[in-house]
Amino acid sequence: MLQELLDRLFSRGTAQKTSRETVKRRLQILLAHDRADLSPAVMEKMRQEILEVVSRYVEIDPDHSEFLLESDQRTTILTANLPIRGVKEVPDAPKIADSAANRIPEATSSTLPPAEPSADSPPDVLDLSMLDAIDAAIDPKTISSPSNEGRQTL
Amino acid sequence: MSRIIVITSGKGGVGKTTCTANLGMALAQRGHKVAVVDADFGLRNLDLLLGLENRIVYTAVEVLAGECRLEQALVRDKRQPNLVLLPAAQNRTKDSVSPDQMKKLVNALTKVFSYILIDSPAGIEMGFQNAIAPAKEALVVTTPEISAVRDADRIVGLLEANGIRNAHLIINRIKPAMVAQDKMMSVKDVQEILAIPLIGVIPDDEKVIVSTNRGEPLVLAAEASQRGLAGQALQNIVRRLEGETVPFLDLTPPADDFLARLRRLFRPTE
Ligand SMILES: Nc1ncnc2c1ncn2[C@@H]1O[C@H](COP(=O)(O)OP(=O)(O)OP(=O)(O)O)[C@@H](O)[C@H]1O
Ligand SMILES: [Mg+2]
Repeated sequence: MLQELLDRLFSRGTAQKTSRETVKRRLQILLAHDRADLSPAVMEKMRQEILEVVSRYVEIDPDHSEFLLESDQRTTILTANLPIRGVKEVPDAPKIADSAANRIPEATSSTLPPAEPSADSPPDVLDLSMLDAIDAAIDPKTISSPSNEGRQTL
Repeated sequence: MSRIIVITSGKGGVGKTTCTANLGMALAQRGHKVAVVDADFGLRNLDLLLGLENRIVYTAVEVLAGECRLEQALVRDKRQPNLVLLPAAQNRTKDSVSPDQMKKLVNALTKVFSYILIDSPAGIEMGFQNAIAPAKEALVVTTPEISAVRDADRIVGLLEANGIRNAHLIINRIKPAMVAQDKMMSVKDVQEILAIPLIGVIPDDEKVIVSTNRGEPLVLAAEASQRGLAGQALQNIVRRLEGETVPFLDLTPPADDFLARLRRLFRPTE
């Protein structure tokens, strides 16, 4: 009771976002789109292609995936939040000579629970962040490269 | 070398003309020869803010048409002999002047004046292009609102594309009480988002409107109390323009309630 009051007083805990936080976040997304000057059609095509590539390796929950351009200090960041339902059997590792490109399926299977997810377990989230690398993002090599800003939280 | 500075914003009504009038006046008070140029053709009002509207005979358009000499169009300020206004035409459209013509006019002014401040119209069309064409530096004015900040960002991009890399940010109409309650973006928020160097923060102040009504820029007021925080903020911008390091005004609300103070005390550092 007292804690609740304190929380509300100091807007801690799960309190609603302030209008200041909301407007700041809206602006960051808005300006990222303005600055990148990508048409919604191109964004959509890129989203589809990235989903397609990622789906070759893992099963993604399309309804809960998020795909955002954000802006920070005049740098544009593309963030894809893709909840993983499970890992797919990859029949033949794609024929990319670069060995680094093969690392992601291994890494994924070693960190994730076995391919059959229990019905109510929360989906894991694959967060791909690419600094100013919008072109490269369409290239599967870039997505699976582990050196990618270290934000591949699984 | 004269400094040619455009005051611009994208969004209308955020305080470009207010800044131009006050910064021009404050620079003149510091002993510089200053020309303020109204580039808002068709909707001029720099003359109104300076209280010089009844003294306009010719405008930039007549100068360009060869109907008068440049000196004849310049309106001298009786209160401050270092300051002149080059008025815009009120009855013509923005297309009556071209960027090249603006360059010619301003270039002629550099022979006499050490500061030329150009008051840009809102928008990004011809009037804006005219205003930025002669400029070497820019002051981008915004308020802490989503639409103004978005437009300011667009302007920063266009300035860069036009070779004006020396751009500074003025955040106008800050309401400290609202920032304290997290209801409005703070100076830091806006500056972080636009990511160009900050040169001024002006609080929202009724004194600005009163001074507009009178046609007397705030910085002209004799008493510091009449100039208020907004007037002081404008004077600080001029000092920073001249290379001085001046700390930004503390705009935390002074006489707020006990709760707000308590809240601030307990909040993690911002
Ligand atoms: N700091 C302030 N506090 C209170 N009122 C202000 C402040 N700055 C500007 N205003 C008011 O806002 C209104 C618009 O200001 P101003 O004409 O300077 O804006 P502008 O950007 O030049 O507009 P436009 O785009 O129409 O040329 C004026 O009524 C002015 O008095
Ligand atoms: Mg104006």
